[in-house]
Amino acid sequence: MAVDAEAVVKELRSTYTSGKTTTYEWRASQLKALLKIATHHERDIIEALRSDLNKPEHEAFVHEIAAVSSACKLALKELHRWMKPQKVKTTITTFPSSAEIVPEPLGVVLIISTWNYPFSLSLDPVVGAIAAGNTVVLKPSEVAPATSSLLSKLLGEYVDTSGVKVIEGAVPETTALLEQKWDKIFFTGNGTVGRIVLSAAAKHLTPVVLELGGKCPVVIDANINLKVAARRLISGKWGMNNGQTCVAPDYIITTKEYASEVVDTISSELEKFYGKDPLQSKDLSSIINTRHFDRLAKLLDDVKVSGKIVHGGQSDKTNLRIAPTILLDVPEDSLIMKDEIFGPLLPIITVNKIEDCFGVINGKGKPLAAYMFTNDKKLKEEFIRSVSAGGMIINDTVLHLAEPGLPFGGVGESGMGAYHGKFSFDAFSHQKAVLQRSFMGDVAARYPPYTPWKLRFLKALLGGDILGIFRALVGW
Amino acid sequence: MEELSRSLAELKQTFRSGKTKGAAWREAQLRALLKLVEENETQIFEALKRDLGKHPVEAYRDEIGVVKKSAEHSLAHIKKWMAPKKGQIPLLLFPSKGEILPEPLGTVLIFGSWNFPISLTLDPLIGAISAGNTVVLKPSDLAPACSSLLSRIIPLYLDTKAIKIIEGGSNVAEILLEQRWDKIFFTGSPRVGSIIMSAAAKHLTPVTLELGGKCPVILDSLSGSDLKAAVKRIAGGKWGPCAGQACIGIDYVLVQQKFAPVLVELLKNCIKTIIEPTILLDPPLDAQIMSEEIFGPLLPIITLDKIEESIDFISERPKPLTIYAFTKNKRFKDQILQETSSGSVTFNDTLVQFICDGLPFGGVGQSGFGRYHGKFSFDTFSHEKAVLHRSFFLELEPRYPPWNDFKLEFIRLAYSFNYVGLLLLLLGLRRRFARNLNL
Repeated sequence: MAVDAEAVVKELRSTYTSGKTTTYEWRASQLKALLKIATHHERDIIEALRSDLNKPEHEAFVHEIAAVSSACKLALKELHRWMKPQKVKTTITTFPSSAEIVPEPLGVVLIISTWNYPFSLSLDPVVGAIAAGNTVVLKPSEVAPATSSLLSKLLGEYVDTSGVKVIEGAVPETTALLEQKWDKIFFTGNGTVGRIVLSAAAKHLTPVVLELGGKCPVVIDANINLKVAARRLISGKWGMNNGQTCVAPDYIITTKEYASEVVDTISSELEKFYGKDPLQSKDLSSIINTRHFDRLAKLLDDVKVSGKIVHGGQSDKTNLRIAPTILLDVPEDSLIMKDEIFGPLLPIITVNKIEDCFGVINGKGKPLAAYMFTNDKKLKEEFIRSVSAGGMIINDTVLHLAEPGLPFGGVGESGMGAYHGKFSFDAFSHQKAVLQRSFMGDVAARYPPYTPWKLRFLKALLGGDILGIFRALVGW
Repeated sequence: MEELSRSLAELKQTFRSGKTKGAAWREAQLRALLKLVEENETQIFEALKRDLGKHPVEAYRDEIGVVKKSAEHSLAHIKKWMAPKKGQIPLLLFPSKGEILPEPLGTVLIFGSWNFPISLTLDPLIGAISAGNTVVLKPSDLAPACSSLLSRIIPLYLDTKAIKIIEGGSNVAEILLEQRWDKIFFTGSPRVGSIIMSAAAKHLTPVTLELGGKCPVILDSLSGSDLKAAVKRIAGGKWGPCAGQACIGIDYVLVQQKFAPVLVELLKNCIKTIIEPTILLDPPLDAQIMSEEIFGPLLPIITLDKIEESIDFISERPKPLTIYAFTKNKRFKDQILQETSSGSVTFNDTLVQFICDGLPFGGVGQSGFGRYHGKFSFDTFSHEKAVLHRSFFLELEPRYPPWNDFKLEFIRLAYSFNYVGLLLLLLGLRRRFARNLNL
């Protein structure tokens, strides 16, 4: 179904120009509508996610539904405060004056979502865009078709469709949308498509937020509570869409000495969580489609990692299931260490001493998240200081996403811009600087014809040198 | 080309060594930059006179003074800016500590512009240094005396292993753009801005684009000394900075029909002493002078039946870097703020918002994106890294599979921060939903 992208943008621009979406009332009403969708249609959402990803109901609730309803509730609670101008101190240089920063919407924004958290990664940015007063086009991922069509149906029923639209489709529709001029584009996905989005945006000087990915390392030091570490690692890796998460632990780095203990502990906890036959466990998501299944299978077929599987390895192509799999001592030039894995395979890189981990991590692109389990203060500080990543957690995984006080976004190859909480509002706003001056206090030194006296005065004024100003005024 | 690769490799190595991350290095560079400007004031005045015929007072006000003020402001605040910001973590995640830690992006590329060839090159440099990056500066070749002066003196004062300056025209710029940078900061026209952003897209490099636009002045009905002050400021804002060649310089004036003759008279009185200013009354709106940024000493005046029409006039056009409005009417001010969009708005004056370090300086829409000045400069060249510290102590069992009814209810309550409900659930006193969970 072809989309007339130009007509869509025109309609949204006209809605925006009418001023309706900039009012508090409109924004709050739309946020309430989204909240209603999340709370009144739990069953439908859970079913769609089960159809698209075989996502366990527990995960569907926690990572998708609850994430959206929390975002709506926070925005509703804080909206007045976020919309308020922020007063700014002025200095003697512009005395007398008053200044403030006024947030305003950008206008018409495009949000391109992805398939692994197809509900929350679609609506979470939409919450930010609406809170900031914009009109929105949401393009959900066609790789999660049940959720895409559910979003289209539910938003069509609940929100103001003259201001918020869902456009379904695949590459042709996305391309058509990207040719238009937007005031902001928010994209979640991989780096290859991220570059395409950024290039398209460049033609119209459109600012973007890119939430991409990367290989999120987990450094496991000795002398820690390994059981707790293993459980937190497992919940961040396999407990979230079976590894298909942008901030999932991608690979582990630990010492040669400690490695076998790490493997044993993770293996034993995995069995407690998913049983002896994880392919049958209802608590584990499936792989999204055949293309990704084949991609992951290929990583295991790589001759460089043959014989390295120490746990798992089972798969079921018919049902698109792969069991949690651990590989020990993979070479750094193997396929599995090249790109983001995005699946239930966990390679372990072993090093001689734990400090060698920094060389391994910094040799790769900056990831979206980096994790370290340690009780060693110095090692922890070195980690925070020398590893650059979107976000980091010490002694846990993934949780920082749940914290709206922390910005969620990448750096370098893992993306640009951030959102969650107030950062979502800011991502879709322009912070306009406003200076109010009085007609009094006119300073002749500003105006030509220029004289040496004026130069002296200006030097003093710009340097905040009150005595100098005085001296210039009295002609010293 | 080979030399460029070597230079870049050196910058990356310097960055990896961690030298630029310490406050001491950053402060030393900022002090060196202050010395550079103070000890070379005369040469800077000369270069600006040669390139642009700029008078020393303008040169001080718009170039040297700006750089000095910026460097001093950064020195005074840098330790505070570098400190981590506490993030509020909910009780549910106790015990944890969350913070936002600013860190440098790496190696950044700064393109200067020709109209303020000293300040528009050195001011972003101050931001990049404050944030701890290594830098390549590419001054504009259209201001050759300033470009070659900077090229000569910067290596004498700043750390050459961390800050490099590369001269040249568009062919040099093209070669630079093929490399991978951690950030590009560009001041210039929207056309070139788009080219730069396209090149940056290949490497997923974030950019800040400080562009231009037609900055309008709305002149409401004023009288007496207020009107005289307004006109003086308008004249100063048009013909003052670089003979009208400034991104925030006034492009055109909107005024009510009946005040136009008075305005023209007062302007003529003001500008008697300035060379070749030109005022055009009501040029056709589709003339080139009204469609492109003028960037010169021509001032069109558009007359309207009512001054409120200025809002629609401005909104129908691309968003400018600044809107100036001379008015004492509060309702009109609010209307302008709500119904127009621009990088910034200044009431009852022109240009001065540029020197307010507390206000972000940047555009929106066609006038660009990203911002700088004051702490915004530091932020523009930083990545704000989220860091969450957790303890091994105190485990939250409901986080882990196998899933069941209890765990789901726990999480439901946790997401609403319903601590009372959680306590009751844990004590077995809370009735769980009879939900058909299919577990």
